[in-house]
Amino acid sequence: MPRTSHWLLRGLRHVDGILLTLVVLVLGISLAVVTSASGQSPVRISGHLVNMGLALVLMVLIANVPPHLLSKVGPPLYATGVILLVGVALFGEIRNGARRWLDLGFIAFQPSELLKLALPLMLAWYFQRNEAVLRAKHFMVGGILLLVPFLLILRQPDLGTALMLGASGFYLLFFAGLPWKVILGGATLGAASLPVVWGLMHDYQQRRVLMLLDPASDPLGAGYHIIQSTIAIGSGGLFGKGWMQGTQNQLDFIPERTTDFIYAVFGEEFGYAGAILLVCLYLAIVARGLVIAARAPTLFGRLMAATLSLNLFTYVFVNMGMVSGILPVVGVPLPLMSYGGTALVTLLLGMGILMSVATHRQLNKS
Amino acid sequence: MPLATPLKNLDRELARFHGRLKAGGIFVVLLAAALLGRAFYLQIAQHDYYIQRAENNRISLVPVAPNRGLILDRKGRILAENYSAYTLELARAQPHDLEATLTEVGKLIEITPGELRRFRRLLAESHEFETVPLKSKLSDEEVAILAANRYRLPGVEVKARLFRNYQAGPGMAHVVGFIGRINDRDLKSLRESGREQNYRGTVHIGKTGLEQSYETLLHGRTGFDQMETDASGRAVRALSRIPPVPGKDLRLYLDEGLQAVAEHAFGDYMGGLVALDPNTGGVLALVSKPGFDPNLFIDGIDPETWKALNESPERPMVNRVLRGIYPPGSTIKPFMGLAGLELGVRKPEDTIVDPGYFSLPNSSHQFRDWKRGGHGIVDLRRAITQSCDTYFYKLAVDMGIDRMHDYLQKFSFGEKTGIDLDGESAGLLPSRDWKQRRWKKIWYPGETVIAGIGQGYHLTTPLQLATATAMLANGGKRIEPRLVQAVRDPLTHVWQPQPVVVHEQLAIKPEDLAVVRQGMMDAMRPGGTAAAAAAGATYTIAGKTGTAQVVGIKQGARYDAGSLSRKNRDHALFIAYAPAENPTIVVAVMVENGGHGGSTAAPIARAVFDYYLTGKRPGNMKFEGSDASD
Repeated sequence: MPRTSHWLLRGLRHVDGILLTLVVLVLGISLAVVTSASGQSPVRISGHLVNMGLALVLMVLIANVPPHLLSKVGPPLYATGVILLVGVALFGEIRNGARRWLDLGFIAFQPSELLKLALPLMLAWYFQRNEAVLRAKHFMVGGILLLVPFLLILRQPDLGTALMLGASGFYLLFFAGLPWKVILGGATLGAASLPVVWGLMHDYQQRRVLMLLDPASDPLGAGYHIIQSTIAIGSGGLFGKGWMQGTQNQLDFIPERTTDFIYAVFGEEFGYAGAILLVCLYLAIVARGLVIAARAPTLFGRLMAATLSLNLFTYVFVNMGMVSGILPVVGVPLPLMSYGGTALVTLLLGMGILMSVATHRQLNKS
Repeated sequence: MPLATPLKNLDRELARFHGRLKAGGIFVVLLAAALLGRAFYLQIAQHDYYIQRAENNRISLVPVAPNRGLILDRKGRILAENYSAYTLELARAQPHDLEATLTEVGKLIEITPGELRRFRRLLAESHEFETVPLKSKLSDEEVAILAANRYRLPGVEVKARLFRNYQAGPGMAHVVGFIGRINDRDLKSLRESGREQNYRGTVHIGKTGLEQSYETLLHGRTGFDQMETDASGRAVRALSRIPPVPGKDLRLYLDEGLQAVAEHAFGDYMGGLVALDPNTGGVLALVSKPGFDPNLFIDGIDPETWKALNESPERPMVNRVLRGIYPPGSTIKPFMGLAGLELGVRKPEDTIVDPGYFSLPNSSHQFRDWKRGGHGIVDLRRAITQSCDTYFYKLAVDMGIDRMHDYLQKFSFGEKTGIDLDGESAGLLPSRDWKQRRWKKIWYPGETVIAGIGQGYHLTTPLQLATATAMLANGGKRIEPRLVQAVRDPLTHVWQPQPVVVHEQLAIKPEDLAVVRQGMMDAMRPGGTAAAAAAGATYTIAGKTGTAQVVGIKQGARYDAGSLSRKNRDHALFIAYAPAENPTIVVAVMVENGGHGGSTAAPIARAVFDYYLTGKRPGNMKFEGSDASD
């Protein structure tokens, strides 16, 4: 690159073209679906565009930060997150029956959102630091680092977020080389303890699971969401009813249809063909992320890239599974599709980290 | 392991990491396959099911109730009509809170506890896609308030609905009847007859009178609006419409003016009157006094009024013409006489000497004539004219109860006449068989004797008497009485005449019939039992008086509430037709506790004849109806 290049163009050097293309494609679909689902609400559409623009700028900025600097952010970010979680437990604001929000006067936010990036960064930093001498004890420490925020979020209570966070932590341990026998042993133990977990679950959590087994049991109550979203998706057929033509969508039958249930709108209006396209785009993003991970020169880069990729798809699976009625209703947005700034920023920050890992190979080696 | 070179270690670590990446990739692909598998199941395999579910969500069929047919008298005067009023109705919204909406509505307009109770009952009975009425007959102000607040009342609708009005008043209540809210029993019968679908969106159904018996024609066919509705049940737009077919209008034989004259002629008396056209069976007037206001029943009668009506000793709810049963008394005599002639038991010229009583052979019991000392030498014609009991005692014995029963049955005694109203009583025509079945006793000869003058077990309705008298007037045609003359198709506006139903043509020898008719004409002339009632008539009347002992109306025992002296009086009966030479009208009158038929019942018939044949009204009568002619 010639030195005379504009600083803006230099900044774009660290953008991964393939990843950016895929992300923008999904965001484009999202814009179309939010437009339809919001009844062409100008407020929603412009809000969505602003969120996208902001998130994309942040993504590019993060992409320009070299991985070794990013890794250093891990410990303080993690510590802040955990402290805030403790703060929530002590002083948090109760909304919808759970203590999840922290009101800082000027802004109310959920510290659990912070942990989505902080936990992988922390763990990746930790394993990178101990790369040469990695032993069982390090995995145990990693497990504790994972469990602390997991348990704090679990007792808010927010089972969905806790499990998503747990998954991201687990992926990192997995890619760091957590032995298969530990994984299988843990899985067996987990399955065996399911009845105990069931007993510890809150009423509404149990209901959500039961609802999944038989949504018709409460068609006007909690089962209503699942029933209406499956009707929407099913009635879409092969090619869908067409953009802005979904009756389930247009006539208010789908709940939360710009946010958590946006896949129902998409499925209704774009059909099975649309679903295949969308899932393939997600798979392509994951594939690109795994390629970046495979080529990453440092353990930190490898772990972050692989974990963020798998994590993204976990969100996709949990959301789509919920909306299409094979998973319980948990408040998880569909990555890059759902309306909502916080989730989008967190996600694209993750994409920025992937790009940083992808584009700082040579620089780091030198 | 501590001895391994860092480079080698790195290679091994990388190889393991790449293995993990593959595992992760496979994991993701499996998850994606699960998602797409589920999508395939929903969108391809079960697509038909879910598209149907979505359509059911989206499209609701809103029933459009048809306009109920009108009921008009023979001159086109309206007896039952419709008017529209606004009602407040609530959609059975799925995701919305009905209770909250009810509370909101209650803050805006007054909802009485009764209306709320009714609403909840209707809600439980209604279909998911129907709106349920909460309050009817809204004032203009209430309509305006609701319209202004509609945006925050999901599922609330103000609808224009039709209500029924009976402007003809109590005098017509027993003919026209009334409609009332569809109750569980109505619903059950609608369901059983497969008409339930046609009553969606309809609130009322005929309960009594013509409203009940012509329900199917009056109701029409329910139409449907196919509406696209949103999740809150609010209609977004109309997709298509199957228009309702209005009910058919009914035109009666009955003349509102004649009805009013007849009712007026009763004065303070209670009782029943029916006037028939002997050639068509058309019911020209049908009075049952006292009447009641049918408008009270349309939207549910309040318990106090209902109790008062139902428990009144005057029994205003009982249609005396159809359901009041009385011994025919002397009105049976023309039919007995005809039976004697037709069966060959008597010849017209046969006479008896009436000593003032009749005794059975080998019996000292005297069956007395109403006239002390008797009527002297009487033939059949004279026996009818003077209502000689002894003649008919003897005739009955000579004829025997079996032949008497079989012959009288041909005149509709003991059988329903088949009038186009529900709830008609068949009365009772006694026979040997009947007594054996009913009482497990043999028939006694003395019972035959009193049967000859219409006493004993024999019970008849005024309608049966009129139908039988019409057979004397028309030469033996037993015609089913009909209130409805023609039915108008609401779309073509063409009046379709209803057929005259001749139940049976009885072969009567004209010379036999002539004797009886002469006797009845003589009864209206000086020397006859009802001569006073025919005085000054410009046409000839043939009639027969009668009295019925007070046992008739079934619950007669309750009459002690009324005045004792009046209660003990017999019911007065009178049958007649006119003009005698070419009859166009037949009347049967029953006046409760009226005493002798000639003095109370016959003048009522005379008033009816006068109005029908000459247009003359009783002098002291104000009649506000119009005389609009066809």
